[in-house]
This record gives sequence, structure tokens and C-alpha cells, in this order.
Amino acid sequence: MRVFEGFKFTKLQTPIHSMDPRAKFVMIMVVFAISLLFTNVLILTVILLAQIPLIWLGRSIRRWGGSMKGGVFLAGLIFFMNLLTGSTFTYSLAMTIRFLALMSSFSIFFMTTSPDDLGLALEQAHVPYSLCFTFTTAVRLVPTMAVDAQTVVDAQRSRGLELDKGNFLKRIRNYIPILIPLIVSAIRRSVELAEALESRAFGLTSRRQSLIVLRMKTSDYLTILISIVLLLLAAWASIYAQLPSIEIPFQLPRLW
Amino acid sequence: MIAVESLRYVYPNANEVLRGIDLTIEDGDFVAIMGENGAGKTTLVKTFNGLLKPTDGRVLIDDVETKKTSVAALARSVGLVFQNPDHQLFCETVRDEVAYSLRNFGYPLDVIERRVRGILETLDLMPYIDSSPFMLSGGERKRVALASVLVSNPKHIVLDEPTIGQDYQQKDRLRNFIVQLNAQRKTVVVVTHDVEFVAECKPRVVLLSGGRITADGTAEEILTDGALVERASLLRPQISLLFSSVSGLPRDVIDVFSAKAIISNVVRGRK
Repeated sequence: MRVFEGFKFTKLQTPIHSMDPRAKFVMIMVVFAISLLFTNVLILTVILLAQIPLIWLGRSIRRWGGSMKGGVFLAGLIFFMNLLTGSTFTYSLAMTIRFLALMSSFSIFFMTTSPDDLGLALEQAHVPYSLCFTFTTAVRLVPTMAVDAQTVVDAQRSRGLELDKGNFLKRIRNYIPILIPLIVSAIRRSVELAEALESRAFGLTSRRQSLIVLRMKTSDYLTILISIVLLLLAAWASIYAQLPSIEIPFQLPRLW
Repeated sequence: MIAVESLRYVYPNANEVLRGIDLTIEDGDFVAIMGENGAGKTTLVKTFNGLLKPTDGRVLIDDVETKKTSVAALARSVGLVFQNPDHQLFCETVRDEVAYSLRNFGYPLDVIERRVRGILETLDLMPYIDSSPFMLSGGERKRVALASVLVSNPKHIVLDEPTIGQDYQQKDRLRNFIVQLNAQRKTVVVVTHDVEFVAECKPRVVLLSGGRITADGTAEEILTDGALVERASLLRPQISLLFSSVSGLPRDVIDVFSAKAIISNVVRGRK
């Protein structure tokens, strides 16, 4: 369950941690958008690798590595599903790298942004409080879900389940006994949480005040500016520029 | 036999939970592992079926070292029932849920059906055989989880907090069932905070505190020792509290049946 570690906030004093959550969100959304603009393996690899200095600045390389290792299974699934459904080798590889780039960008965001700051940023952007609360609670519950997931894996292994046994399809099926209890317990937990909140008068007042008010620094404005410029450049390049690319001439015969 | 030798276990976050455990549980023993929250009880029993491999030291199940075998292989001889049933239920019917481990072990269909019906009858779950486990009450789900492990007839049975969420009658049935299992020479290990349950069952009690065994003895020896019990964040059984506060009564009594016999004698003597 190391994959969840790469999405868990840890309080540290680094330039990335001290950025305004709104500026960081714009930066991550730009990475997200640029990743979706291209299907070029080289460009997507650059987008993925360009995030490493940010992770290094945020002193989170080890946990990021853990989350990437955890994502290898899904990345492999994306690669093979693309290949099996008639995509070329290069395109399948590009989709896999795109997935890793997206995962990595969200990993940076969640590892370096406290759920409290995130909720505050959303509230100050005039997002309704119930939505802000839902979002921050979901983020906060990730570590709890990780513990639950490990317990479910342990419980099923104790009943003779072998996750790594069998062919590719069997291995996917092996995850059903893990996913169902996890989803059911998440639903049960959310119902209990909703009842507890309602019992404590959640949503009684519509106008809320906040003790802490987020203020953007010059560096935050600069981050937003650079991000938008990069996005515009990328959009221009994706339409007009002749970018270097590689093509691996391999494709599986169509199965249907 | 379960043999634990100089066992240390350190979680990946560097939290050392077990700090040198030496414990031998003979075949047919009935042991209650008790201690404060975070003492290492669940971590210890997770090493019995190889879910956690020792950082140092070793755990042997019937002379097989858990480090050298898989959890699936150990699951045949060590049945571990987890605390929260919601962490393991996933099938559409109680029948499928209980049959799951037998299918994993490759039993023939007729044996599976016979065993499933047998265990459901024993645990009073037959009326729910075709119901969805998710539609059952907390206590019933807990019994389904118990049935799904016991159905494979493991030699050693480990129950993590089996009495949580059970009403008094079910707890009593569970106690009788555990005693029955133990009478069949099954090793039963129970992790619990429930002193009254332990007082009624009278197993051997192992007290854990801070990752170390602080006491190991009969239920009477341990549960009547105020200092030991307090250190493990437990409360002495009510009978023990009552008997120790009345002068002239023996101090090593912990269960209602023995107490009843002693009080009857005292009353008869006064008449």
C-alpha cells in the first residue's frame, strides 16, 4: 500500500510546501493540461522528468518513488490494454507515461499541501463549504483507507488468497476480494460520518468566518504567470511546432 | 505447536512493536493474549500465520519456520479471524463467503457444501445461508467471518477480539464453542480486552505490555493481581473485585460458577 504514501501530506519546511495552495494548484493543473495535449512519447517523458526537481525541492523523493512503484501495476494494465485493443507500441507507451506524469503531479500536490490549506483555498475561492468539506475529508481519509486496504489484504491472505498467483487475468480477478470489502467499508464509514456530522449541526450556518486568511506572495504570482505562459507555449507547440518524435514499429494483430 | 523465539518486529515506519518475545503454545492449549492498546497483541498473532515476518528471531508453526513458507500454506494450519468482519466479506451469499477458503485450498464441491452447512449450523447461521453477508447485523457478520475461517478446520485457531459486537447470549455461545474446539485438541489463541469473557473461559493468560511479555500464567493468577492488571490497562473481573473486598473470602476467584459454590458454602455454614 506504498502507493498511498505518495499522496499523504507531511509537514516540512521547503519552498514547495510553503507555496500558496492556489498557485500550486494552478501549476499542477498546467502539468495536467500539458500532459493531455501531447501523445508524443518524448514530450511526455520530458513532462514526467521535469517534475523530479520539484519533488527534490519538496524533499519527497523517497515517498514519490514509493507511489510510482505502487502505480506500476496500473501503468502496466494501461500499457497492455492499449496494446491489446489495437494501439501501436509507441502510443501504448505514451499513454502509460502520461498516466505516470499525471499521477506524479497529483502526488507532488498532495504530498506538499496540507488538507487544511486546501480547504481554506477552496473556501476563499467561494466554493460552497459543503463541497470544500467533502473534498478535504476525502483527502484526509486516504491514509485511513490505506490502513484498511492493508488489513483487507491481510484478512484475505489468511484465507488462502494468493494475489500474485495465476495468469494476468487471474491476477486482476484476485483483487476482487480486496476491492469489495474496501468499497463496502468506505461506504459504511461515509454513512457513519454523515450521521455524526448531522448530529453535530453540520451546515447550520451558511456564512462561515476563517481565522487564517491565505495571502499570495510575489513568488506565488510568478509561479502562476510562468505556468500560464508554459501552457500557452505548449498549446501553440502542439498545434504548430514540428516536435521530435520516435516511432517503434510494433503492433499486435487485432483480436477482433 | 506454536514456538516464538526472541521475536522482534519493527514496522517499515521504524516503530518497534515487538521487543523480544519468547512464547511456546503447545497443541491443544487455550491462551488469551491481553494487554493495553498498542501493546503488540495483533502484531504478535499476525506473525503466527506469516502475514508479518520477524525482523529478528523466529516463529515456528509445527516446526516450520514462518519465514520459509507462504501465508497460503500456513493458512491451512493457522486460522486467523480478524477483528472487523467488514474487512473480509465480499461474496454475494453467506454460503459463498464461507466456502471461499475451501475453494482456495482446492476441496471437492461435495466436501465444501457439507462443511459449510456444518459450520453454519454450529454458529447458528443456517437461516442466512443464501442471504447477502452485507445485509446481516454486526454480530452476525462477525460470526460469518468466524465461520469462514473455522470451516477449513485449522489446527490452530487465532481469534482477534472475538467478543466485540456480540450480545450476551452470543458471547456465551461463542465461549461454549471455543471450549468445544479446545476439547477437540485445537489450539485456541484469543486476543481480547474482555476480562469477564476470559474469567469465564479460564485460559492461560499472556499479558503483553510495550512489546514484551510481562506475565504468563493461569487466568486466576493473572487476573487477580491488581498491579499486573492495572499495568495492562485492564480491570479485574467483577467477581475478583467483590471477593477481594470482603474479608474471609478467597482472593483467587474470578468466575461466577466458583463464586456461587463458595458463597453457597458460606451461607450453608451460617445456617
